[in-house]
Order: sequence, then structure tokens, then C-alpha cells
Amino acid sequence: MQAEADHRELKRKAEAAREKKAAFGEDIDLETFRSGSKDLERVKRLAELDEEEKRTLLQAGVLPTEEGRSGSFVLMDESVVHASSKAQGVEVMPLKDALKVHEWLKDYYWKGVSPEADKFTARTYLEGADGYFIHALPGTKVSAPVQTCLMLKGKGVAQSVHNIVIVEEGAELDVMTGCSTSKGVERALHLGISEFYIKKGAKLTFTMIHNWSEQIGVRPRTVIVQEEGSTFINNYVALRPVKSIQTYPTARLEGPGCFARFNSVAIAHPGSELDLGTRAVLSGEGSRCEMISRTIATGGKVIARGQMVGKARNVRGHLECRGLILGEGGVQIAIPELEAYVPDLEMTHEAAVGKIAQDQVEYLMARGLSEEEAVGIIVRGFLEVGIRGLPENLKREIDATMERTDMRAI
Amino acid sequence: MLEIEDLHVEVGGRRILKGVSLSVLAGYTNVLFGPNGSGKSTLLMTIMGFSGYKVTHGRILFNGEDITQMPVTERAKRGIGIMMQRPPNLVGVSLENLVKVTSKDKALASGAAQGLDMARFLERDVNVGFSGGEIKRSELLQLEAQNPCLYLLDEPESGVDLVSIERVGSKVRELLHGTSCAGRRGRAGKAALVITHTGQILDYIEADRGYVMCNGTVMCSGNPRELLQEISKMGYEECIKCKLKLTTVN
Ligand SMILES: Nc1ncnc2c1ncn2[C@@H]1O[C@H](COP(=O)(O)OP(=O)(O)O)[C@@H](O)[C@H]1O
Ligand SMILES: [Mg+2]
Repeated sequence: MQAEADHRELKRKAEAAREKKAAFGEDIDLETFRSGSKDLERVKRLAELDEEEKRTLLQAGVLPTEEGRSGSFVLMDESVVHASSKAQGVEVMPLKDALKVHEWLKDYYWKGVSPEADKFTARTYLEGADGYFIHALPGTKVSAPVQTCLMLKGKGVAQSVHNIVIVEEGAELDVMTGCSTSKGVERALHLGISEFYIKKGAKLTFTMIHNWSEQIGVRPRTVIVQEEGSTFINNYVALRPVKSIQTYPTARLEGPGCFARFNSVAIAHPGSELDLGTRAVLSGEGSRCEMISRTIATGGKVIARGQMVGKARNVRGHLECRGLILGEGGVQIAIPELEAYVPDLEMTHEAAVGKIAQDQVEYLMARGLSEEEAVGIIVRGFLEVGIRGLPENLKREIDATMERTDMRAI
Repeated sequence: MLEIEDLHVEVGGRRILKGVSLSVLAGYTNVLFGPNGSGKSTLLMTIMGFSGYKVTHGRILFNGEDITQMPVTERAKRGIGIMMQRPPNLVGVSLENLVKVTSKDKALASGAAQGLDMARFLERDVNVGFSGGEIKRSELLQLEAQNPCLYLLDEPESGVDLVSIERVGSKVRELLHGTSCAGRRGRAGKAALVITHTGQILDYIEADRGYVMCNGTVMCSGNPRELLQEISKMGYEECIKCKLKLTTVN
């Protein structure tokens, strides 16, 4: 009964961390939020959802038709509304069900993220939160992504989510997660624990589209554990207004020869505070990491953190973050950090913040474009670099999302 | 079409142009010679209206309208187009995308790219990592898409290798003179002000009038071929002493 002893121990730690403030980001009083409903009705196909819900999915890049997807998962508040897989060798199910079916899953459950990290992880642990479990069996290679949606529906709700993705040896998996808010939801909170395990030689491409709204607080907690020769590609897109996001996904490149890349594009609208970090701990020999961030402050505040920790020989890493300030009132803070604990490695960074280059704008104006059009094209190009190098189909999705989001505020 | 009247311009607090006057009639191609640093690029950038080029005195008239204070976009819309000597890099903006939004005619864009041997550059970011010759061809492609009435070309031949010079020269010729033969250009043709340091571009275009700029002023004007001969023979030093006196200063 080791499992129960473990649970008691974690529970004790989580209880103790109930009030523990997070290392970064504005504090949030959890007492002022209620739990989300856990008993919303399930649907067999996403097409059965109502029109409003479908629209909300679509805005976050989740297709109600499920076309071109190898699986789908939808969580509304705290109810799993849909989980399905169309691909051989890929399991998509609610985490709670998966824990019952797979006895071994306890070896992954809360092994990446610790419940006592802060009040948000503690609450999620104590709530026994559900979320998605996506499992690619050894050698399985699916090109179509599994799409997942985490939707906030109720006013004043704190949605706790716990996701686990396991990509077994030699497998390749794409997961897209769209986070979205139903129309009319004003104040709400999203707490999302994600634990990704990428086994030997496996590859996970994870794309997260944040499409929240003005009064939403967002505190994701993500850890990625990588074995020998594995690849992790993370794409993060947040273009819509939101109250506050604080996130700091951490990749642990444990095996030798791992690769991780983080691409982030985000816009901080007036009233938004985006504290976006990415961290990689490279403890496997010869592992590599790239971090590219492109952010725009149109009146809101961006804190772009990046941390690379090199602990093994022949590790290489490059961190590049650029922040534009458009108009008045925006704030850009870039905090790149490099830590080296062995001599034979090379890590570099470049950071730049400032306004859009006037000579570029005028160059386009000299071709007959209005100033607004010129700025629009340059800003699109600026963000484009943040998602470069993605598979074409994913890029099209993100482009389409950017298109839908349009550049109203810019 | 274009008239510059006693133009004085400051760049970064320094007086660069000190009373420049010249004109380009509709259908005419005029060339501007001058040593490095004499202010030729400054003049073109000022005509296009780029910020940082501060007109302290004088006027720029385009088709009779005073455009001295007009925004860049408005000048472009009235039919002025520029090939810059050092255009900026547009990271994340493909040449194809730019040509499409300027021309609003996809067929024209791809045809023009073929003609300039730029088809394989369409996917590339504008000017990023382009060689000297590639920049010129990319500028010409954009200009063809834009289809202006007055071309401002800043050293179309400089930094271009021997193979590309033929392409660049022919394209400039085609843009300026169309298919109609020399002497018949008249009012229907495009007008141009072409900067050339070496005069090489004159092998490809029919130039009507030449100006020599030295130290921020136009020293003299006249037949472009004769001016070029004198410059080739004597160098710009002699020209600065300026006793060419082929014609009076404009
Ligand atoms: N941005 C600038 N700031 C200060 N001086 C400049 C700037 N741009 C050009 N100049 C100066 O103006 C003079 C004329 O330059 P330019 O017009 O480029 O000459 P040309 O095209 O004839 O070679 C040069 O002395 C040059 O150094
Ligand atoms: Mg010049």
C-alpha cells in the first residue's frame, strides 16, 4: 500500500502549501472562486455541442468537425464532455479513468509537478482534478494532431485541470490545446497542471493557444521530462486580452542528446499582464535547446523570462526574446538567464525591446501602403518568426487563429 | 512632372543639401552623377518623404502640387516609386507577400519575378541575406508591382555582378521606356531620376539630361553622355573645381 502512503504524504504537503504564494505573478485569492461543475453531460461527437460552444472551440483552434484530427478531448469547467481517439496506438481519455485502467500510471501522476510547489498546484492536487490523458504507444507515429479544449463556462469558477501526456519510445505525437472562455463569463480562474513524459527517441509537438478573455486569471504549471534522444517542440500563442497569465513551463532534458524548442508569441493588451517564462534544465550530455519569444505590448505588460540551466558536457542552447511596444502605456521586461555548471558547454542569449522600426514602416509606405497597413504587415512578420519552423499544417492553424484574432488593438 | 526648388535638407542635424534645384519632365529620364557622399541618396530619400530628412528651405513639386510636407504613402499614391540604395530587412515578411499587397495582381507578380529571375526568392524574407544584385532585383520587382509614374532609382547597377547587370539594365529599360522605341517616348512614357556613380546604367537606358551633384549642390547639368565622358576622363575632382561649363547651372 505504498500508493496510499504516498498519497497521504502528498496530501499533507499540499495542505501545508494551501496559502503558499507562487514565485512569480500577482497573488490570487482562491477563496473568492468556486469549483467548476463536474457533471456536465457528455457528447459522443463534438458536432453535437451547441452553436455557441462550437464557436468557442473554433476560436481556440479546436475543430468541432474533428476533421483531420487523430483524437479530441473537451473539458468544460471541471467536466469531461468528450474524449475520443481515431488513431491506432493513441489513447485519449479522462485522467481519472486512465488511473483506474492503468495501474502503472501512478508512477507518472504528480511525478513531474509537485503538489506543494504553490497554492495553485496544492489546490489542484486537493481537488483531485481531472483532465486529459494522452498516450502514444511505442513506435506510434501519427501526423494529425490530437486536439483538446479546456473551456471556462461558469462565472466565478476556478477550473482545476490535471493533464498527463506520455509519448512512448520511438513514438511521435502532436497535441494542440486550445483554452477558451464562453461568452458572458467575466471573472474566472484557470489552474492547469500538465505533466509530459517523452521517452527514448520519441517526439512531442505541443501547441497551446490561449484564447481567454479580459477578466480571466491563468496559472498553468507544466513540466516536461525528456529521455535520451527525445524531442520536444512547444508552441505557445496568446493573442487575446486576458487579465493575468503567469506560466513557467520547465523542460527537464535528462537523457543525453535531447532537444527542446520553445516558440512563444503573445500580445499584452491594455489591462493584461503576461508573465511568460520558459525553462530548460539540460542534464543530459549533448542536449540542445532553443527558445524564441516574440511579444507585443499594446498597453499591457509583458515579462518574458527565459532560463537555461546547463549541467552536462556539450550542451548547447540559444535564447532569443524580442519585445515590441506599440503605442503608449505598454511595458516590456525581458529577463534572460543562463546558468552553466560545467565548462564544456555553450549557451547564448539575445534580448531586444523597443518600438517598431520606423524605416521599415516607411519602406512599405513608399510602396503605397498606409501606415496602419505597413505596421500590420511588420507586426505579423515579427510574430511569424515566433512560430517559424513548425510543421506546415500546424502553422496554418496558428495563422488562421491569428487571422481570426485579427490585429484590432494594434 | 517633378520640380525641386532650392532645396535645403538636414540629416541628423547636419546640413547635407544646400540649395538643390532640378526638374524632370514627364516622359524624361534624367540622371544624377556625383561622388560618394555628395548627397544624391539624400535627395531621393527627401523626394520620397522619409523621416529624418528635414527640409529647412525650398519646395518639392510633383505634377504642380507641393508635396514637400506630404506623408510617404500619399507621395507613393500620387505615383512616385523608389529603388533604395540600402533598403531595410523585413524579417518575417516574404517578398511574395509584399509584392502581392503592392500589386493586387498575382499574375503580374509571378510573371515579373520570372523575368527578374527572382521566383525562388519569393518565399524569402524581404532583403534578409540578399546579395547586392538580389536587392536591386527585389527592388525592381516591387517597383514593377507598384507601377509608379516617376521612378527614383538609386544606383541600380552598383554591387551587381556581370550576369545580373544585364537583367537589371534590361528591366530598368523596360520599366522606363516600355516597348516603344527611343525618341518616341514623349508624354506617354514614365519619368525617372536615376542616380549613377559609374554611369554604367547608361548602356541600357536613354537618358535625356544629366546633373552633377557635389557637396550638396548641383554643379552643372547637360547632355548625360558628355557629362559622363568628362567625368570618366577627369574624375570628380576636376568636376568639383567644375569648369566643365557644358551648360549653365540649372
Ligand atoms: N543618417 C545620417 N546621419 C548623418 N549623416 C548622414 C546620414 N545619412 C547620410 N549622411 C551624410 O550625408 C552625406 C550625403 O550622403 P548621401 O546622400 O548618402 O550621399 P551619396 O548618395 O551621394 O553617396 C554624407 O556625408 C553622409 O555621411
Ligand atoms: Mg548614395
